[in-house]
Amino acid sequence: MKYFLAMGVLLLVGMQTALAQTKPPAKAPIKSATVTKPIPGKATAAGGLVASISRGKAVYTQYCLTCHQVDGGGVPRMNPPLIGTDYVKGDNVRLIKVVLQGFSEKVEIEGDTYSNTMAPHNFLTDQQVADVLTYIRNSFGNKVKGIQPAQVQQVRASLPAAK
Amino acid sequence: MKSTFLRLLIGMAPVVSACSLVAAPLHEGDKPAKNIVAPAEPNAGLKLPAGFTASAIIEGLSRPRHLAVNKNGDVFVKLEKLRDGKGIVQLHLGADGKATITRAFGNFPGTGIYIKKGFLYASSDEEVFRFKLDNNDNVADETPEKLVTGLISRNEHEAKAILVDNADRLFVNIGAFSNSCQEEDRKKGSMGQKGCPVLDSAAGIWQFKTDQANQHYGDGIRYATGLRNVVGMDFNYTDNELFVMQHGRDQLHDLFPDLYTEQQSAVLPAECMYMVKKGDNAGWPYIYYDELQKKKILAPEYGGDGKKTAGENAIDPAIAFPGHLAPNGLLFYTGTQFPAKYRNGAFIAFHGSWNRAPEPQEGYYVVFVPFKDGKPTGQWEVFANGFAGVDKITSPGQAKHRPCGLAQGPDGSLFVSDDAKGTIYKITYKGK
Ligand code: HEC
Repeated sequence: MKYFLAMGVLLLVGMQTALAQTKPPAKAPIKSATVTKPIPGKATAAGGLVASISRGKAVYTQYCLTCHQVDGGGVPRMNPPLIGTDYVKGDNVRLIKVVLQGFSEKVEIEGDTYSNTMAPHNFLTDQQVADVLTYIRNSFGNKVKGIQPAQVQQVRASLPAAK
Repeated sequence: MKSTFLRLLIGMAPVVSACSLVAAPLHEGDKPAKNIVAPAEPNAGLKLPAGFTASAIIEGLSRPRHLAVNKNGDVFVKLEKLRDGKGIVQLHLGADGKATITRAFGNFPGTGIYIKKGFLYASSDEEVFRFKLDNNDNVADETPEKLVTGLISRNEHEAKAILVDNADRLFVNIGAFSNSCQEEDRKKGSMGQKGCPVLDSAAGIWQFKTDQANQHYGDGIRYATGLRNVVGMDFNYTDNELFVMQHGRDQLHDLFPDLYTEQQSAVLPAECMYMVKKGDNAGWPYIYYDELQKKKILAPEYGGDGKKTAGENAIDPAIAFPGHLAPNGLLFYTGTQFPAKYRNGAFIAFHGSWNRAPEPQEGYYVVFVPFKDGKPTGQWEVFANGFAGVDKITSPGQAKHRPCGLAQGPDGSLFVSDDAKGTIYKITYKGK
């Protein structure tokens, strides 16, 4: 398997070179526990993007990792991946709501359905939610603008009062 | 992206070995393939006890779950994802050891499939059907009878495993739509619901009739309760006892971090095999079985602290395995092909863990449990390993194959399904 991996990387690199003019280089998501290098100059509250990502990693490890796994790959058919999904890359409000309200619906996520219950994580602070989402948006091969605590606060205020 | 990447890698495997970068010596008599075909890895990549061989009879089925074999050795496979609109495929083994799909039917996806007395039974996540078989054990009519309908399926533990006993009783597992019956499912610190209402319609084995159409809950009997989620179950026909494998509850550390370490949470609670009699209660959600203390422990949702025992009336497991291995298939071996020690013992297909993270994952193998006088001897061993294709799994997506269903062929061969890449394996004993 190591050989195949090595070959795969070699081939991918080869393909990338071939496709370099047309496509951005693909990332190898296999070992994507590493954080994608942050986009410089886009700072979040409380110490900037790098600090937010590192706090977010701690939140992720404590509250999300069991289900979405260390590489963001999720669990086939149970917990969806956080790699390049429309939810992660897309609308900020929808993404914040997933964390605050939880998620348990038979919907397709990148072509598959998932059978498990994600509880509302409304016990996390605005800062924690912003940090964890900024972390996943800049990890596992994702590279999307971070989330600000103020955005979380706004979404939280718009939701029916939590139990 | 990840799966595309993996598929790419697997697609490349033959190319790689054809370039002989992988130093796999050619056996005498082997000729290098002219056309590049998938290289026959010895035993299809599985590690088995001496004298056993394995082959992949077919690959790429859409999430094959449970299996049933007819008297001619054809394998009926229940698919969890429809293939060209069909949820069951019939496989016929050719002289070359490869299977072809000879028929596809049944327009529902699902897990359960079972053959008994001239009928093929199959389940979706809400219903149970049966197809009449002809004298050759082929399906006589592709339009099934609907036996049971309206079973609960709520985005958690939906698979309905099925069995029919010699007295024509239909047994259906209905898994809990909850992890541990918390007021808010899987929410940190949320306490257990008083008089857990999930037990009314799920978390147990229900019994229905085989000769009555459109049965609802009211037409059935809750045969046994307090079983969180059972996917593998079988009769030990030597003494007609029903044995089930329970998937134990998840996330002790996530939900109660002050009471359980990550390491404890990775191995607790046990995955239990129970011998179930009518009216039995295995204790979910109030208790779980701790295989280290060898005790029934009060669940933290109901005031437990990891030490307090409870559940005096709950049955004890027949044998307990480490946590989260996810037993999806159970089969009592009645054949004579395998050596004598296997006769009337149990094979268990462990799908492999996910909620051991951040600890390494475990499972992804088929285990053998020797039985004596209708009870497990207490020892168990890994029988078939190597499904995952990697030594260490930190994230379940890394596993190439995940064992799920088991069935025995008329010649005593053992079939294993893999619902990740859709492979069906045949394991035979060739002797020393
Ligand atoms: C108990 C397991 C579990 C935990 C813990 C959990 N999730 Fe989820 N998550 C799920 C499941 C299951 C879904 C999809 C539900 C469905 O399809 O019905 C989901 C969906 C999502 C989605 C949207 C779908 C996607 O894949 O992009 C995001 C984003 C997400 N979770 C992020 C998080 C974050 C961030 C945390 C930690 C704060 C977290 N999750 C904790 C199980 C979990």
